Formats: sequence, C-alpha cells, structure tokens
Amino acid sequence: MSEQTSKVNEYRRKFFGKAAATAAMVGLAPGVFLHTIARAKPADEPVSSEVRWGLLIDANKCADGCSECTKACNDENGLTGFGRPETDAQWIRKVTLKDKRTQHVTNLPLMCQHCANPPCVDVCPTGASFKRADGIVLVDKHICIGCRYCMMACPYKARSFVHETLTDQVPDVPRGKGTVESCTLCVHRVDRGDIPACVEACAASDNGAMLFGNLNDPNSDISKRLASEASTQIRGDLELDLGVRYQNI
Amino acid sequence: MAKKLALRAIQGNSGGYYSLMAVLGALIALGLGAAYYMEHQGHHVTGMTNQIVWGMPHVFAVFLIVAASGALNVASISSVFNKSLYKPLAPLSGLLAAALLIGGLTILVLDLGRPDRLIVAMTYYNFKSIFAWNIFLYTGFLAIVVVYLWMMLEKRFNKHSSQVGFVAFVWRLILTTGTGSIFGFLVARQYYDAAIMAPLFILMSFAFGLAIFNIVVAVAYKGTQRPLGDVLVERLRKLLGIFVASVLFFAAIFHITNLYATEHHGVEGFILDGNNVYTGLFWVGFILFGSIIPLVLCLAPGFKKSLGAVLTASAMVIAGGLSQMYIIIIGGQAYPLELFPGKEVSSSFFDGVVNQYAPSLPEVALGLGGTALALFIVGFAVKVLGFLPESLANSEIDPHFGAGEAEGEEATGAASA
Repeated sequence: MSEQTSKVNEYRRKFFGKAAATAAMVGLAPGVFLHTIARAKPADEPVSSEVRWGLLIDANKCADGCSECTKACNDENGLTGFGRPETDAQWIRKVTLKDKRTQHVTNLPLMCQHCANPPCVDVCPTGASFKRADGIVLVDKHICIGCRYCMMACPYKARSFVHETLTDQVPDVPRGKGTVESCTLCVHRVDRGDIPACVEACAASDNGAMLFGNLNDPNSDISKRLASEASTQIRGDLELDLGVRYQNI
Repeated sequence: MAKKLALRAIQGNSGGYYSLMAVLGALIALGLGAAYYMEHQGHHVTGMTNQIVWGMPHVFAVFLIVAASGALNVASISSVFNKSLYKPLAPLSGLLAAALLIGGLTILVLDLGRPDRLIVAMTYYNFKSIFAWNIFLYTGFLAIVVVYLWMMLEKRFNKHSSQVGFVAFVWRLILTTGTGSIFGFLVARQYYDAAIMAPLFILMSFAFGLAIFNIVVAVAYKGTQRPLGDVLVERLRKLLGIFVASVLFFAAIFHITNLYATEHHGVEGFILDGNNVYTGLFWVGFILFGSIIPLVLCLAPGFKKSLGAVLTASAMVIAGGLSQMYIIIIGGQAYPLELFPGKEVSSSFFDGVVNQYAPSLPEVALGLGGTALALFIVGFAVKVLGFLPESLANSEIDPHFGAGEAEGEEATGAASA
C-alpha cells in the first residue's frame, strides 16, 4: 500500500466518522430539544383563547430607585438607546406618582396593558396591530407602515416608534426603523413556558412586585390573588379590560 | 340662460408663468429631498418624537386634505344647487380639489415610517379603522372628481354633470367627516374624542377650500389679464364670510362644551390660557387673523366688491386655518395624557409633563413641497386643458347683469350662499 493510499483511507475514516456524528446529532437533537420544551405549548399548536396572560403589579412593593424591570426588558429585547430620550424606545418605564393633596409617593412600572379591547388595534389601518388569542397585543412588523395612529390612540403611551436605523437586534425580537413597537409581554419567552423578563428580574430583586399568570385559570396564583385582594385598572373608565392590573395605587 | 361657456387653456408662455412653475418645482424638489433625508436617517432628525408622534407634515397634510374637499364648493354650488353664476368656475374647482388632495396625500405617505410599504396599505385593511376607510374615501374622491370633470368638460356628457356633481358633493361631506373622525375617535386624549370634530372639519373645509380657490382664481385671471368682474368677486367675498362665521360657531361650541366639564378644564386652560405657543396661535392666529379680520373684510359694506379685501381675507383664513390645525394636531398631543387623576406624575418617558415640539426644517420642507405639488398640478393643467373661462366679466357670468339691474343682483347673491 502506497503512502498516498493510506492517507486517502485516513481521510475517508475521518469523513465517515464525522458524517455519522452529524447524522446522530440531526436525528437525536430535535427529540432532546422537544423533550425540554414539551412542557410549553408545542410550536405547531396555535395559541388558544382559553389562556389570557396577565400581570398583577403591587405598587407598594415597587421600590423607589429600583429599575431592575426596565433593565431586564432592555437586555431581553435588545433595546439600546441612542442617548436621545425623546426618541429612544421604552417598552416599560418606572412612573412616580405623588398625591397632590397628601404628598404620598407611589412607584409603579407602566407598559402595554394588553387590553382585551385595544384602541391601537381598532385604529390600525392595515391590521399590523393585533391581539393574539391569548390576549397578548403585538405589532406585525411586516405590515406596519409606520403611520403612528396607534400611538395617538394608546391611552397609556405604551408604544415607541423606531426613529433610527437599528443593528444587532435580538433574534427573538424583530424590530426595525420606521415601525412601531411596544411590550410584547416577552411573547417569545412565554411561548416556551418562561415568564416575562421584567417579572423574573423583579422577583430576583426580592421586591416581588410583579406576578405573571393566566387570568382565565381560576387556580392560577394571579387569579387567586385577584379574587381575594383589591386591584384596579389604569383608566378603568375606558372599559378596555386590561391584562395588567395594579394594587395600591 | 347664461351665455355659452368658452373655456380656454392659458397660453402659459410668459416669464411670470415660468417663474411661478420654477419656484413650485424647486419647492417640490426640496420636499422630496426632505422626505429622502427623513426616511434615510430615520425620524429622529425631525422634531417628532415618541411624545409628539404627528408633526408639521400632518398639519400641512390634514389642512390640504380638508381644503381639497372644500375647494369643490364652487362646483357643488353650481351643479347641486344650480347657481349658474358659479358654473364657469366649476371645472377649476374640481381640478383644485383633486390637486390639493394629491398634495396632501403625498405628504402623508412620504412621512410614513415605511413609505415603501404603500402597497401594504392598499392591500391589507382593518375595517374598524377610520384610517382604512379614509384610504377608500380619498381614492374614491379622486376618481369621482375625475369623472365629474370629464362630464363637465365633454359637451356630450354635460347633462350628467349635475348627477355626478351630487355624488361628489355627498362623497366630500363623508370624506371630511372621516378626516375629522381621525381625531374624534381618539378616546384616550383630552383634546380629541369629540363627535363635533366631524362637523367642525366640514365647515373648516368650506372656509379653507374657498380661501385657496379665491387666491388661485385671482392669480390666474390677473396673471393672464383675463377679465374678472366684481359680481363674482362680491359673491366669493360674502360666501367666504359665511364660511368663516360657521367655523367660528362650531369652534365656539367645541370649546364651550369642553369648558362645561371639569375633566376638560385642564386641557382647555392649556390651549386657551396657557403660557405656550398654542394659546398665542389660538387667539392671534385663529381668532384674530383667521376669523375676526376676515369676517370684517368679507361682511363689512365698506369692502364691497373689493378683490383686495377678498384676497387679504383668503390669505388670513389660510394662515388661521394652519394655526387651527397646529393647535388641534400638535397642541392636542402636547397636553399630557391623564392617566392618574389627582396625582403628580413623573417618569423617564415624559409622563405628566407638557411635551415639547419644535418643527424641523425637513418637516416644513415636506409640507411646503406637497403644497407646491398641488399648485403645480393646477398650473400645469390649466395650460394643457381648457379649465378657465376666457372671461369672468360681469356680463359674461350674470345674464341679468345690466345698468338697471345692478342693485337686484345683490339679493340673489346672498340667497345663493
């Protein structure tokens, strides 16, 4: 056997070895991956209106000076500012309230309230603003024409318009110049069975002011709390049936 | 029966004509450049922000769209209400209506975050949105006006022009209702969410449209040295006066109703008695220059048959109208959203504060560019097609005009308005 032939055989052996390993990966990995997300909704199953995702926020537990939720939101969704506060996107913001008479100060995080009857969806000319069956209000970035009528209509100032060219977006979070965006309730996390980044960060900070869950499930923690404790909706007079409820404001 | 109409294209080879078209062309080029700059850089180069999401382009665009429907007044009065005196000018009225609408829509489209997705706006519809309805109302209006012009200009079809004119009349009332409802349907903001926005916009359209029409007629007739009689001037003067008074009436009702309800005292105080540009624009721009002075010029007997008075009043109505649009569109957004009644609110996202806005050069350039486009279309069309009567002399437009009947003409003039 010549030296050349043995080299070729060596290459063949390496090639077959790698090919077998790749085949094993391709064959097995999805099974392993699927197994880990089996607890969440399968990706090919449509979202169901049997679920209504919601948040309960206790303003008394929202600490003055803490900004863990806004930081987590910015990191999760890749919201990097350009140092221009008037035009930079903010999907969640800390709001400070001071009672005009009593001077009592309250803090709370404010974001898209995921209305059951969202004015932004009503006014959107193309249907880019839409509500999923599970109550999450989103913007379809492919058919948003950037008219900003939804921003005029939103009672909560929850939406931002992308005022400049973006780079390095997070793969899970489509964003682009000239379209409108807002809190997605971390839909990409919720769909894999996780909780929104802000809620996770708030819990990690030990304040525990935010609770996420299924409003339609009477046995969920959020439903039990809502059933036993007083809560309110911001601008409840508009009767929009909000997905985000507040306590102690 | 009025004399047979002689519509003739203007020669359009004077230095004045070419200078006018060159200026308009330059403004259009500037507007397009501004649009490219805004789209390329993103809207952060404008004065618009996440707080003031609609800015100067929308002031111009809504003004032009509203004026477009009003510019059709003269044609409507002639076809629908059968006033023969206005008939010679009906084709120009239709042309101006279509041109103003095209100018306004061009601004609106070029200001979109994604103007390249115009095709999406034409193919995806959410029929609960008044915006989506407006897309049909605007394109439908253009189509109807084109047919209307065809009926008026083609002798064989003249007999159908009153029917088509009636459709155009009804359509433009619905169109302006739709435009007013863009603001009337906004439940969340203190200054909007009022049904009276729709009729207010209809009356605004009457006044703004006629004001622009008056100026276009005067420029066209003085520029081409064609006769323009004072019978028509006097009619246009009184008509404008009545429209201006109507706008004032609806605006007064709007504010008085708001002032009655305590929840609106904040925003009314902000607009009517604030330490800001909106209060100045309201009292000086809209009330004094846009309403009171034009009313005097249009209704006082001292200015009877004065073309100068009509033109001054028209220019002031346009200035007042732009002020009113600025107050409605920008002022309405500048006032903070009332999320927590009884609380002082602060945040990193400008909650609880009056939102600041300064119009930027590209926005103004885009607005002026759209306006110039509308006027350029008119200037071009009157040169290539016979839109303008050869003469608007008293004896041409009023069959009863004569030395003995000079007094009698006034009574019919008032009745037609």
